[in-house]
Amino acid sequence: MKTTIRVLTGIAAAALISTSASAGTLADVKAKGFVQCGVSQGLPGFSNPDESGNWTGLDVDMCRAIAAAVLRDASKVKYSPLSAKERFTALQSGEVDVLSRNTTWTLVRDTALGLNFAGVNYYDGQGFMVRKDSGIKNAKELGGASVCVNIGTTTELNMADFFRANSLEYKPVVFEKADEVVAAYDSGRCDVYTTDQSGLAAQRIKLKNPNDHMILPDVISKEPLGPVVRHGDDQWFDVVKWTLYAMLEAEEYGVNSQNVASLKGSKSPVIKRLLGVEGDLGKNLGLDSEWAFRIIQQVGNYGESFERNVGPNTTLQLPRGVNNLWNKGGLMYPMPVR
Amino acid sequence: MAAETKHAAMPAKPPIWNDPRYRAIFFQILVLGAVIGGSVYLVNNTITNLEKRGIASGFGFLERTAGFSISLSLIEYSEEMSYGRAFLVSVINTIMISVIGVFFATILGFIVGIARLSSNWLISKIAAVYIEILRNIPLLLQIFFWYFAMLGALPGPKQSVVVFDLFFLNKRGMYSPKPIFEDGFSLIVIAFILAVVAVIFVARWARKRQDETGEQFHTVYVSLGILAGLPLVAAIITGFPLSWDYPALKGFNFKGGLEMIPEFVGLLIALVMYTASYIAEIVRAGIMAVSHGQTEAAYSVGLKPGPTLRLVIIPQALRVIIPPLTSQYLNLTKNSSLAAAIAYPDLVLVFAGTALMQTGQAVEIIGMTMAVYLTLSLLISGFMNWYNQKMALVER
Ligand SMILES: N[C@@H](CCC(=O)N[C@@H](CS)C(=O)NCC(=O)O)C(=O)O
Repeated sequence: MKTTIRVLTGIAAAALISTSASAGTLADVKAKGFVQCGVSQGLPGFSNPDESGNWTGLDVDMCRAIAAAVLRDASKVKYSPLSAKERFTALQSGEVDVLSRNTTWTLVRDTALGLNFAGVNYYDGQGFMVRKDSGIKNAKELGGASVCVNIGTTTELNMADFFRANSLEYKPVVFEKADEVVAAYDSGRCDVYTTDQSGLAAQRIKLKNPNDHMILPDVISKEPLGPVVRHGDDQWFDVVKWTLYAMLEAEEYGVNSQNVASLKGSKSPVIKRLLGVEGDLGKNLGLDSEWAFRIIQQVGNYGESFERNVGPNTTLQLPRGVNNLWNKGGLMYPMPVR
Repeated sequence: MAAETKHAAMPAKPPIWNDPRYRAIFFQILVLGAVIGGSVYLVNNTITNLEKRGIASGFGFLERTAGFSISLSLIEYSEEMSYGRAFLVSVINTIMISVIGVFFATILGFIVGIARLSSNWLISKIAAVYIEILRNIPLLLQIFFWYFAMLGALPGPKQSVVVFDLFFLNKRGMYSPKPIFEDGFSLIVIAFILAVVAVIFVARWARKRQDETGEQFHTVYVSLGILAGLPLVAAIITGFPLSWDYPALKGFNFKGGLEMIPEFVGLLIALVMYTASYIAEIVRAGIMAVSHGQTEAAYSVGLKPGPTLRLVIIPQALRVIIPPLTSQYLNLTKNSSLAAAIAYPDLVLVFAGTALMQTGQAVEIIGMTMAVYLTLSLLISGFMNWYNQKMALVER
């Protein structure tokens, strides 16, 4: 029902917003003094409220970095927890300024939904989780299974593709909220729970006995997850895009939250430019020269964010893998900040 | 003389802009114009804004391949079929839960409503507690409760509850043998239709005879006999053209047979229990609205309590009951859209959910979804109004 209301507001917004160009999101955000960030309803490691109710996670760090760059204060973020189904309408209708919620970059979302993906902050792929005592060792043995899944996800579609391509039968059990998917799978309604591998690692923690379950080795899709903005606001698009690149560039050049202040005196022209000591790159983004300095100081570089939220030392224990920098065997390749 | 006085008393005809009739029409046209103008502006603006943001529009998507499976479908459906087909499947699922829900909610509601009025203290109090509890807990919570309670209680597929090796019950659903109709089965169907027609005639004849002679006829037994007998004869003649598809455990789950998914059962129980609590109160109010003198009069002409309720009280109470009952039916139908919360593949989950997410065509899809609920609601109230009028005519 809430979703329907959201969709209706979206339509109403589309109907009422005057056709003349509204002020850009960047100006809006500066004026209201906070970034309204669309996150998940609770996915450990990515966007999840901690015991004291503060949002943490890799996706949350993205929101915080944007606030640090634009508003000089990483804490100036308001969070809107969104289900997979609600998220795009919330962004389209202007309810949130940016969506940073384990969202896969696909052609349809990029085009038909009127959105723009500002980059990839986690390269993922879809996997399956089963009970260990089911004896299943790989995805090809899943014929006839009941599969619990979240509505409005790429997961739902990939799963259909996978079973169709392998001529396997399956029964989708589709829920609107992630909590219900987990509860239904945990209660034994489904043989399989499928979503992004990172999502499985995160949701597994919520099960009654996480050790009774295992994630199958098969990865059946590409799930490049990243922050999303509305189509047609290039300035805001640039801000979000370069916020992500700045975090990656910082890691690549060894700048982190600990050494960023001292590195202002660095001899490296790249670091000087990044930290705004030389030149004024921020102006091109509509920001001041210290935008990236603040991101690194207040939030950290990408590697720090990864280790803090999802890395091997966290409950998720995700390896860096393809999410390492390009020069360390991964796919993360920031465009040159110059 | 009289006419003259009257004429003299009449005020002069007011000018047209002061004539209330013309004025009313003028303002109505004005409002209508504003509404139409406003709508045109909104629609136009929506289209322009959607275009500007590059959001797709149009109904072409209905013919495109849907690509997703649906866990429950009364008509043939597979991933290769179109969004239009998926729409149809989901509409049928919504209608199915609504119709079955209305059916059981009515029965349960009448039973509880009558129990509430029972002179037996215990029965009456049990009914009262039922009504108070169920009416005062949000429906969504009740849906979750029944669904997850059921899932918790049921065994896994390998430990299914088995009845006569024919019925199986587990967390994946309830499985029963499915009838397979072979050649010649249509004859049995025809025999059944004939039996129904015959029963209608018998009932009419019996009523007429009772009106004329006062003699009662065992309509119920004779009707049951006809309904069972005719198809049976047809079945014997055609040599029982019916076989069964039995469910069997294959791999993870049962295959074959008829399947009833737990989402359907959970949603049905919740909708029925919840709506029945309202219907019970409506029934109670309706019965109490019939004056007690009616009961006493019925007793004094020698009717027993059962027939008194059935022949005297209920028909009169129905007139009070039907209008609010209609709105409960509408509520149940609309409430069925909470299905999405527990994965029952109704219109909201499949079409306004999965299909909307995949196509991004919110305007068209939400529009169609609203149109379906509106149509269903209008059909229900149309039918109930007709029934109400029919009942009202009986009044003497
Ligand atoms: N990456 C996929 C799936 C994203 C998704 O919504 N996954 C679910 C299942 S892990 C989730 O994050 N749920 C958390 C929530 O809804 O709060 C997509 O973009 O469609």
